[in-house]
Amino acid sequence: MTTVDQDASDRVRGIARAALDGLDLKTVKSREIYGAWFDSGLAWIHFPTGRGGLDLPRDLQNSADDVLVAAGVELPRLANKIGYGIAAPTLVAYGQPELLDRLLRPLATGEEVWCQLFSEPGAGSDLAGLATTAVRTGDGWCVNGQKVWSSQAHRARWGVLLARTDPGLPKHKGLTYFVVDMTAPGVEVRPLRQMTGQSEFNEVFLNDVFIPDSQRLGAIGEGWRVARTTLANERSSMGNRHGGGAAPSAIEDAFDLWRRHPERRTPLMRDRLTQLWMRAEAHRLTCDRFAAEAAVAGPGHEGSIMKLVSAELNQAAYEWCVDFLGTLATRYDSYDSESPPETKEGLIMQRFLRSRANTIEGGTSEILRNIIAERMLDLPAEARVDLDVPWREVRRS
Amino acid sequence: MTQNKAAPFARNSDLENMREVVRSFCADCVSEAEVRRIMGTKTGTDPAIWKRIGGEIGALGLAAPEDFGGLGLGVQAQAVVAEELGAALLPGPVLGTLALAIPALCSLTDHDVKRRFLPALIAGDRRAAFAVPESGGRFSAVAVDVDARLVDDRWSVHGSFDNLVDGAAADVLIVAAKTGDDVSLFAVETGGNAVNSRPISVLDLTRRQASVTFAGARAELLARGAEAEKVCMRSFQVGATLLAAEQIGASDRLLSMTVEYLKTRVQFGRAIGSFQALKHRAADLLVALEQARSAGRYAVWRLDAHEDDDREIQRAVSLAKALCSDVFYQIAVASIQLHGGIGFVWEHPVHLYFKRAVTDAALLGTAQHHREIVAELLLDHCAPERILAAAE
Repeated sequence: MTTVDQDASDRVRGIARAALDGLDLKTVKSREIYGAWFDSGLAWIHFPTGRGGLDLPRDLQNSADDVLVAAGVELPRLANKIGYGIAAPTLVAYGQPELLDRLLRPLATGEEVWCQLFSEPGAGSDLAGLATTAVRTGDGWCVNGQKVWSSQAHRARWGVLLARTDPGLPKHKGLTYFVVDMTAPGVEVRPLRQMTGQSEFNEVFLNDVFIPDSQRLGAIGEGWRVARTTLANERSSMGNRHGGGAAPSAIEDAFDLWRRHPERRTPLMRDRLTQLWMRAEAHRLTCDRFAAEAAVAGPGHEGSIMKLVSAELNQAAYEWCVDFLGTLATRYDSYDSESPPETKEGLIMQRFLRSRANTIEGGTSEILRNIIAERMLDLPAEARVDLDVPWREVRRS
Repeated sequence: MTQNKAAPFARNSDLENMREVVRSFCADCVSEAEVRRIMGTKTGTDPAIWKRIGGEIGALGLAAPEDFGGLGLGVQAQAVVAEELGAALLPGPVLGTLALAIPALCSLTDHDVKRRFLPALIAGDRRAAFAVPESGGRFSAVAVDVDARLVDDRWSVHGSFDNLVDGAAADVLIVAAKTGDDVSLFAVETGGNAVNSRPISVLDLTRRQASVTFAGARAELLARGAEAEKVCMRSFQVGATLLAAEQIGASDRLLSMTVEYLKTRVQFGRAIGSFQALKHRAADLLVALEQARSAGRYAVWRLDAHEDDDREIQRAVSLAKALCSDVFYQIAVASIQLHGGIGFVWEHPVHLYFKRAVTDAALLGTAQHHREIVAELLLDHCAPERILAAAE
């Protein structure tokens, strides 16, 4: 169990209430609230004072967030997830003071949305094999390549970018981490339409994009390490009470159908729904148990188990829904991304299609099984053919 | 709320110490060689080892009240012991005495009876078996095939009980018998001529059974009617949960053994554990075990929470028994496969776990039975909105 110092928690709540004091929350723009929030050091409570933080333990973030949620204000990080979860921690760890002065506050207020330019068509699970290049030119870098799966890129003012600065080094060693201005010449964003008809993600094309060297984060060739630090940060913040914004529970959708369609019930569907519930319940209990254990022993690799199980459970639950709906499952309200489904069944069918991505995004189930086997069971690693080879000599698709 | 969710899984250092004590005792005294030796004996149990576990280690009365020789630490503590005894495959009356008879006696209201029977069982001096019929994972009054008669203020029992786990080596039997229209619970000593206990030839040689016939054996009344029924229901809930704990302990040990083999066995010039086909299977086993472990711990916590809502308890118990039965069997099956040919050999320990897995899964309600119980509680008798609300 997390033992949050009660006095410190009360103090943070006091600061949080003071930050909101005098703001008419009903009429004022959210950016003003978030600005006051940032100025009071409540955006990232563990950041340095003056940089949106108070130099306090990360645990206390919940105490501040509780005040905001209780006041009926949406948490700022929900509208700028990459900015809050990935860009800001990296900036604070590696950015020059002038860069922080320019970027942090508008990030915190949501005036400037951020996106992530990591994955590429040729680098998914093997992210370190990415091919976008950054070549030294004058007082900056010239970037060429193609990125994919960038959510919010069409709205983003800034992006965090991993690019290859030395193709002659092995893949992990030749990468460097940059901040890219999404309005710079040569940056082109195209929405990526997915099988649901919606567009949650974008492709980003980078053609001779200039990045000043002042927007490099970390040393040249240290990009992989910089990226890993912030990914670890991101994962540890998932444990926050108001963490990810919980996805609608698939099992609830299944129960809802069972409840509303008694005429469709059969013994076999009852049996399968029971088994689904049992898996979901065991998963829920496992998440509680891992959280309780991590509070004592610190985080381990349990997140891989939770992600693997929840993805497969989600798919299984929507497969149950499809079977239960029978012919109704052949309908689909609309592939027009501008018009959301009108019926509960339509929403479920959209979620059914969306669930196919669950076992791919954020680590495929196959990679997660490798992680579980290698880091939790200590089984030997895969044979690797590309580790000590210059990147330009490694076979690519 | 956060605290609430963590409560079933709170760490208890006393229990972890107890785990270490039992584990190191088993490492010293219940080696595989010792298991095989006891397996070959007539009764399939070693009273001296049982006596040491009860008297020397004090591991049999952790859940029993202090007034009767126990420590009053709840089912939680007893489950830790069950896990470790399961890991070692101890051949002994774990199910009959530890998981069923002692919890049954603890649930009685009659303190005199408890005082007479519990201390000797907890000390490991005597062993008991639970001759109460179960059907579909729950106590079944209609399946009782023993009659009790009262003559001159003395009870005697007549009838039979098949497949009595730990029956052959028991000194005393807890027997459900018909008393007119209802069912009552009795204690019957096995020594006399009126109790005939015939060992059955069984699949798992580390978990013996007997068929018992009663020909007017003298019986002592423990509980009547409604109380007897309640005691039996509760005993099967505690029993299934402790059996689930045993399954978790055995699964854990067997998975470790198999993973160790994957690291050391070399084929094609590589440790076979580096092949994804095998490491992914191992990862899936760990994932399934962690889910089952959570369900098991939760059932234990429910039982100790002294809640009146029997449906909540039953649902947690059935979830645990179903998942733990499945996972132990799944790990046992995979362990034979992942060991290759050596896993099919009598001298290798894998088949001992496999046979225990099959037996444990069939006792006190199969996984199917317990899924059916969950289905009834979840979908037939209760609106799903209540279930989901309760799960929040």
